[in-house]
Amino acid sequence: MDTFLGRYKNLIVLAAILFAQIIALAVQVHRPAQGGDTRLLRLWAISAVTPVETAVVHTQKWVDDIWKNYAYLRGVRRENRELRAEIDRMKVEDARYAEDARMARRVQALLAFKEQYVDTTVAAQVIGTSGSEQSRILYLDKGLNDGIKQDMAVITPAGIVGKIVQVFPDSSQVLPINDQFSGVGAALKSSRLQGILRGSSNGVTTLQYVMSDEKVEPGEEVITSGGDRIFPKGLPVGKVVSVEPGKDLFLNIRVVPSARLDQVEEVLVVTKITEKMPDSKDLGPLRASDILAERLPTIPAKPEVDAAGKPKPGAASGTASGTTPATGTGTAGRSGAVATSAANKPATGSSTAAAPKSNGAATATHGTPISTTAGSAGTQKAPKPAAADGTRPAGTVAKPLNGAGTATAPHASTTMPAPGPSPANRPAIGNETTPPSKRSKPGPEQTPNPNPQQPSPPPNGEQPPQ
Amino acid sequence: MPFRGSLTSRDQVAVYEFGWPAIIFIPLVAVLIQIFILGKIPFLAAVNLPFMVTIFFAVARRNPISGCLTGCAIGLMQDLFAGPSHPLGMYGIALTIIGYSASSLGLKIDVENPGSRFIITYIFFVAHQGIYYGVAHGLLGQVQQWSWSHVAVSALANAVIGIFVFKFLDRFKQR
Repeated sequence: MDTFLGRYKNLIVLAAILFAQIIALAVQVHRPAQGGDTRLLRLWAISAVTPVETAVVHTQKWVDDIWKNYAYLRGVRRENRELRAEIDRMKVEDARYAEDARMARRVQALLAFKEQYVDTTVAAQVIGTSGSEQSRILYLDKGLNDGIKQDMAVITPAGIVGKIVQVFPDSSQVLPINDQFSGVGAALKSSRLQGILRGSSNGVTTLQYVMSDEKVEPGEEVITSGGDRIFPKGLPVGKVVSVEPGKDLFLNIRVVPSARLDQVEEVLVVTKITEKMPDSKDLGPLRASDILAERLPTIPAKPEVDAAGKPKPGAASGTASGTTPATGTGTAGRSGAVATSAANKPATGSSTAAAPKSNGAATATHGTPISTTAGSAGTQKAPKPAAADGTRPAGTVAKPLNGAGTATAPHASTTMPAPGPSPANRPAIGNETTPPSKRSKPGPEQTPNPNPQQPSPPPNGEQPPQ
Repeated sequence: MPFRGSLTSRDQVAVYEFGWPAIIFIPLVAVLIQIFILGKIPFLAAVNLPFMVTIFFAVARRNPISGCLTGCAIGLMQDLFAGPSHPLGMYGIALTIIGYSASSLGLKIDVENPGSRFIITYIFFVAHQGIYYGVAHGLLGQVQQWSWSHVAVSALANAVIGIFVFKFLDRFKQR
């Protein structure tokens, strides 16, 4: 026996060590790898190393900053000139985008979409990596003491980086989006096709679960879809570089991340995301040109008549307040214009009434509304000044309706604005929406505007253009 | 330190020993450099410094037991920093086998000249990647990509850099 042990001592030791490690592996695999339990050994090792590394990295950065900010300034003047020119160019672009954004927010408010906002972030520095090609973990110099928690999104201005998988007192680990264990809810920006962005062991990211019959072009931008409940919706993810037929019925879409994951140095950890309705206060005041345009007289659409030539009954349902109280229930179609034939006069009520939690948001339409509204509440009038959630109180809106202001009732279907270049086709802004609790009940007992000829002043005390 | 000879079939091969500070700090520094420096530089990410240190200690001491213990310790240290999706023991197993094999090989052939160092680093790197792949794929069921060209180029890079690393580490040898 001694001879056997002595002869195969080396192999026995090797086998024992390997066996112990395999057992250890089996124990770890049995538990969820990302369940949040941190092994004490791992915690000690990282806690011991992190302060030293943080100091080294910060010192290195300090020296680097001194060199770049004071010593090496060649070409700064020229770069400054170029940047100024760039700023001028971007200011022009910014104005255009701001207008687009305002319009988008109006539409969002109209459709009662909740927006996700990145509320607070913590800037952190990447101080290390896993050190192996197989695992792409990054180490940040911020941890539990800085408010970092597991599953927080990590982003850069260029795009998303990953999510926090483990948090230590003064450091944290990030699972980048190109890691093989990563998965991000993503969507193609233009076509809005959704899929899951996955990494791989060789660092290639692919957008999966997009059906092969969809058309996806290289160069298309990929953004977060918000479906993973980690990344807010709409953050840049990357660009499609190649599209190939994959296994089963899905495309194999290769995506290059927008953020340089192999060279990322500073990141933002999203510590708080809020979900709220677009703030109507952000929408800015209504332009005088809009008001003026909406007050221009239009030819009211002819009432819809039946075969006998009589106007259809109940046609006014679903139309918003004009000066004539429209009553009845049913579908507001062309006859909506009848009920509001006096709508060229200023309306005193809220021109629109938002339908919460429905797609049927109120839309001020010009002329003939192509309305399929079939609301349960029927007529939406606002003879009493309804409180609005913005700066513009409902009922004092100097927003006369040129055509029929349609208002969808709760659970109503979408009112399609009539085509045409009229500004009244634009969706009603948020502060014109009327909360359901303050919406007046339909019925003949409602008091119409006592003085319909007198338009109410617009917000901010401005006089409406006459 | 006394010189301990090891007679092989060919000639006498020197067995080196190291001071405790070197035994502790060289692997530690190698792992830290790997994590905090090499890992952050994309084109150096394929370089595996802890692997080189394992081979160096194994062939210098020429003791299979100490070789596999050194490999196990360095591998586990590397595992510690590899993230929660990377169970402890994946590098440990790979480097244990590499340490054992390198020290066993060191008993039989001369590993002092750069040519032999280049070859054994190259071969062992490929073996290391293969063992890691086997552990990840076979034992843990992870989806791993295997690219012969990538492994070959990485092995070449490690073999070339290994020559200089070994030359530097030779300074810590004690007889």
